[in-house]
Amino acid sequence: YYLRGTLSAADLHRLTTTLLHDRIVEVAHTFVLDADSSPNGERLTTVDVVLRPGVTDTPAESLLAGIFEIGMSGVDQAATGRRYALHGALSPDDAEHIAGTLLANDVIQTFYINEPAPPPFTSTDLSTGAAVAQVPLAGFDRQGLVELSKQRRLSLDGDEMEAIQEYFATRDRAPTDVELEMLAQTWSEHCVHKTFKALISYTGPPPGEIEPATTTIIDGILDAHIRAATETIDRPWVRSAFVDDAGIVALDETTDLAFKVETHNHPSALEPFGGANTGVGGVVRDVIGVSARPIANTNILCFGPEDTPEGTIPDGVLHPKRIADGVIAGIEDYGNKMGIPTVNGAVIYDPGYTANPLVFCGCLGVMPAGSHPTEPKTGDRVVVLGGRTGRDGLRGATFSSMESDHQTSEVSGNAVQIGHPIHEKQVLEAILIARDEGLYNAITDCGAGGLSSSVGEMAEELGAVVHLDRVPLKYPGLAPWEIWLSEAQERMVIAVPPANLARVAEISADLDVEMTVLGEFTGEGILRMLHDGDVVGEIGCDFLHNGIPRLQLTAVWEPPATVDTDLPWPDDPTATLLAVLGEPNTRSKEDIVRRYDHEVQGGTVVKPFVGINQIGPADAAVVVPLDTHREQGPTPGASLAVGINPAYGALDPYRMAWAAVDEAIRNVVAVGADPSRISILDNFSWGNPRLADRLGSLVRCTQGCYDAAVAYGTPFISGKDSLNNEYTGVDGRKHTIPGTLVISALGIVPDIANTVTSDLKASGNTLYVAGTTTEDLGGSAVAGLANYPGGSAPGPAIGAADGYQSLHAAITAELVVSCHDLSEGGLAAAAAEMAIGGDMGVEISLRELPRSADITDSRTAAFSESLGRFLVEVRPENEARFEAQLAGYPVGAVGQVRGDGTITITGLDDTPFIVTDVATVARAWRQHLEPGT
Amino acid sequence: MKPRILVIHASGTNRDREVSWALELAGGNPEIVHINALRDGGSNLLDYQMLVLPGGFSYGDDLGAGKLWAVALRHRLGQDLEDFVDSGRPVLGICNGYQALVKSGFLPAMNGASDQQTTLTRNQSGRFECRWVDLAPEPAASSAWVRGLDGPIYCPVAHGEGRFVADSDVLATIEQEGQVALRYKVPNDTAAYPANPNGSANNIAGITNPAGNILGLMPHPEDHIVPGQHPNKHRGQTSGSGLPLFRNGVEYAAQT
Repeated sequence: YYLRGTLSAADLHRLTTTLLHDRIVEVAHTFVLDADSSPNGERLTTVDVVLRPGVTDTPAESLLAGIFEIGMSGVDQAATGRRYALHGALSPDDAEHIAGTLLANDVIQTFYINEPAPPPFTSTDLSTGAAVAQVPLAGFDRQGLVELSKQRRLSLDGDEMEAIQEYFATRDRAPTDVELEMLAQTWSEHCVHKTFKALISYTGPPPGEIEPATTTIIDGILDAHIRAATETIDRPWVRSAFVDDAGIVALDETTDLAFKVETHNHPSALEPFGGANTGVGGVVRDVIGVSARPIANTNILCFGPEDTPEGTIPDGVLHPKRIADGVIAGIEDYGNKMGIPTVNGAVIYDPGYTANPLVFCGCLGVMPAGSHPTEPKTGDRVVVLGGRTGRDGLRGATFSSMESDHQTSEVSGNAVQIGHPIHEKQVLEAILIARDEGLYNAITDCGAGGLSSSVGEMAEELGAVVHLDRVPLKYPGLAPWEIWLSEAQERMVIAVPPANLARVAEISADLDVEMTVLGEFTGEGILRMLHDGDVVGEIGCDFLHNGIPRLQLTAVWEPPATVDTDLPWPDDPTATLLAVLGEPNTRSKEDIVRRYDHEVQGGTVVKPFVGINQIGPADAAVVVPLDTHREQGPTPGASLAVGINPAYGALDPYRMAWAAVDEAIRNVVAVGADPSRISILDNFSWGNPRLADRLGSLVRCTQGCYDAAVAYGTPFISGKDSLNNEYTGVDGRKHTIPGTLVISALGIVPDIANTVTSDLKASGNTLYVAGTTTEDLGGSAVAGLANYPGGSAPGPAIGAADGYQSLHAAITAELVVSCHDLSEGGLAAAAAEMAIGGDMGVEISLRELPRSADITDSRTAAFSESLGRFLVEVRPENEARFEAQLAGYPVGAVGQVRGDGTITITGLDDTPFIVTDVATVARAWRQHLEPGT
Repeated sequence: MKPRILVIHASGTNRDREVSWALELAGGNPEIVHINALRDGGSNLLDYQMLVLPGGFSYGDDLGAGKLWAVALRHRLGQDLEDFVDSGRPVLGICNGYQALVKSGFLPAMNGASDQQTTLTRNQSGRFECRWVDLAPEPAASSAWVRGLDGPIYCPVAHGEGRFVADSDVLATIEQEGQVALRYKVPNDTAAYPANPNGSANNIAGITNPAGNILGLMPHPEDHIVPGQHPNKHRGQTSGSGLPLFRNGVEYAAQT
């Protein structure tokens, strides 16, 4: 800890013992900082790591608060840092390497070897001059405008720059930096999703077919493929889709649920902890932004393989292991500290994510039906609640809309924000009181683009005047455009009638929340920004929100060249099963998930791990809002699950979409969700959409989204895209990600008394497979083990929508004692996972498996990943009723549960095919965990 | 007449709503009050019959778990809290609340001392742990909080700094004076983890002050008060075994 001020020795001792250390397990040393403050000694190297000036130092803030609390004066500055002492013979180069790759992240920190770091006090003047600059555009030709856009990192193209040039030409003046930077944020891919709204000329085969290729014009994939599905399906329980910060559906007559999943890929690549941390904070604010209380978090993470050789990592990219460690710690920190249970997710490892990791963060919220106000009124005050504003997250929206290269971390370092979950928790409590007392007319969160985008959005109809000098700052010296754009975290903006201001101020003060009145909604349709009384920007809302020229893009999709070799099967099917179970994408994630609090709020009734020893995988989580949890009688719950399989996308993005939608739905149906009450979210992480092949696969994927959503009657209620996930190394090599679709499902469970888990329950029970198995090995787990690029991805499951309704009826009639969906690793892996959960064995005959005629190979039958399938445990006395209930959907009684733990799968030729036991498969699935866990 | 219970809200606490539900089911009348209201005189601690310090991350645990909350307890509530405790009224600290009571010296408060005598520090596993544990009420415990519990209490832990540490003589005194209230049930001492999820000395999960009216524990009985919360509900196991502890506290509060 660094302290500045005048303290008596006695005060320093009191401060140290009261605030700085735990005397039972720690000792404290205090000294005056000078050149000798590093213990230089034999075989000793010290590395001091401190935050860069301007990066939020939360412990230092808390320390100053604590010093105030104990009534001590004399300390005017505090800061924190970390000193590592390395013992042993170490060359300066080695020390440099260790410090740079393991101890400090250059994006937010600096390090000093064998010398004390200068204390990073926040008072350090970071002034860039509070002046406002004019940015002349007149006279520039298109080329010149594009150059200007590049220089200022506006990431605006020629058409967009020309539109801005023309707007200010007609006003006969140059834009200010405040106006230009605001337009760049508001028009960024991140904020306005121009690719999804673009007019696209697409050349490719019809949806689902692989020929013939034709060229068609698509009038915006968001409208034509995503929103259109929601409108066609037209479910009455959808309260809000694609309008608010989050999608909203009904839980029951009196209660609504809000669900949103966000991406935070670019920041997580640069600073994994802060990037993921604020990714969670951001999506939680989206839910607060619809006046809801967060009740569950999810996360889907895509990393490069943990064993990637150091030498193969592109320059300027962090090692996947370091990224994974930081991201997981960041998610743990924010969710746990806010008291939101993290209940569901997925982790995918693929070399395609080494340079561009993906971080999807989801949040579910609850609110009284219809309690979310959305209409600001003229005269309402523009009020900001929450954290102070600093130079953090500048230009984040444009940064995350660009490709990256080895210099990105240097030029975009301050695009990374640092989270403060406690501020957000207190803001949440204040907002909910204000909501219940009806104190505001509209609300939105401060995310990408900061105040410029949140106030801009809210004032879209009315216009507003905003005084930038009233924004509370973390430190002096911010220019007006920096205040306007800063993406400092934990801030919400609400529209408050003057009569309610006093009460909002009172609530805020009671909860340690800072509240500031920035201006008011005027009704002029103009957004006017002032600083110290001077107008520093004035833009018509219509131009701001509708002035952006529509993009016209070209897209092409061609099926990959067919591979004429067959899948090289390993010899031993039992060894294949064990290998599949131990594979990083399939194996237990318990080492990660137990670091997330999944019990807080007391409503997690189907937990991430199930079964007698709570080590079996759950298909989906089920949560009950505390407010609607009943001791007796039917209690509705919300089930959450995801579907993702980028390996299918390499073969056919259309089929990847079907697979992701089906898997997400399958998972929530397996735990008891009503198939007619499921809504889904889409999250696309793709490469550069200006490249025809990247955009072509995206179009192909959204076609699958439409067809699958309509087939299942499952509406999209919200979504988000993150494009330009491409990285160019120093060698000029481009690294793009596999086009990745994440589908998140929210299913309503009518009564949590009728939920089902995947663990086997009782010896002698009958096992059924529901759904047809066809030859679907392309992109499968076994294909991955064999590095086999061929085969075809699973196609649409015929009749699955009706089949799921029948299965749900069986679950509701309590005919199902356990149920697990068939996905990675097919029937063999699913059976093993159910065995692990129940600590029991199984006896299965592949001859009883409902399958297409062309399946003659037991390996295909056991490991194929066809969609629409479940493995279901039924008591013998209920067999007839179960079969009657499922009439119309193919089911086969494939075997039974064994109490002795033996696992036997008999082949199509009626000879033993896979022979093992529950202890062996459990070891394969969990061998990477530490002993005892 | 239901006992009035103050569930204190320090910025960053987050299990206040579920513990309030537990207290209602146990027959109490809980109110969640921010510590600012107690400082400003908006509410008066001594108007209540029970005090609960819920779990969470008070002030972000920025200077160590419960550290700043401990400072606030001594400097904001100070005398009121001491009077409340001396009057024999029940106080319950769960997880972060327990950490604050230990670091402010309200627990274990051996020989009436008010300085920090023990601590709760980083889990032996080196990471945050969320998992279910069995808690055995200590037969020798004198505290009304655990009296008559036919235990064990089955409930989750969710913490990164829950390892109970004390010098050997301090530990011996706590054991002798019957201040150990709850222990993690471990199959055998060689394989204590994860049954003892944090490496606590003597498998201690919860302790009391000498008078027994203050109980602190790391696990969360408030997260297992209705049968539906049981992890093996789907295997026919339902108990809600966290509730009796709160009933004990509420009955005790009603008598004070």
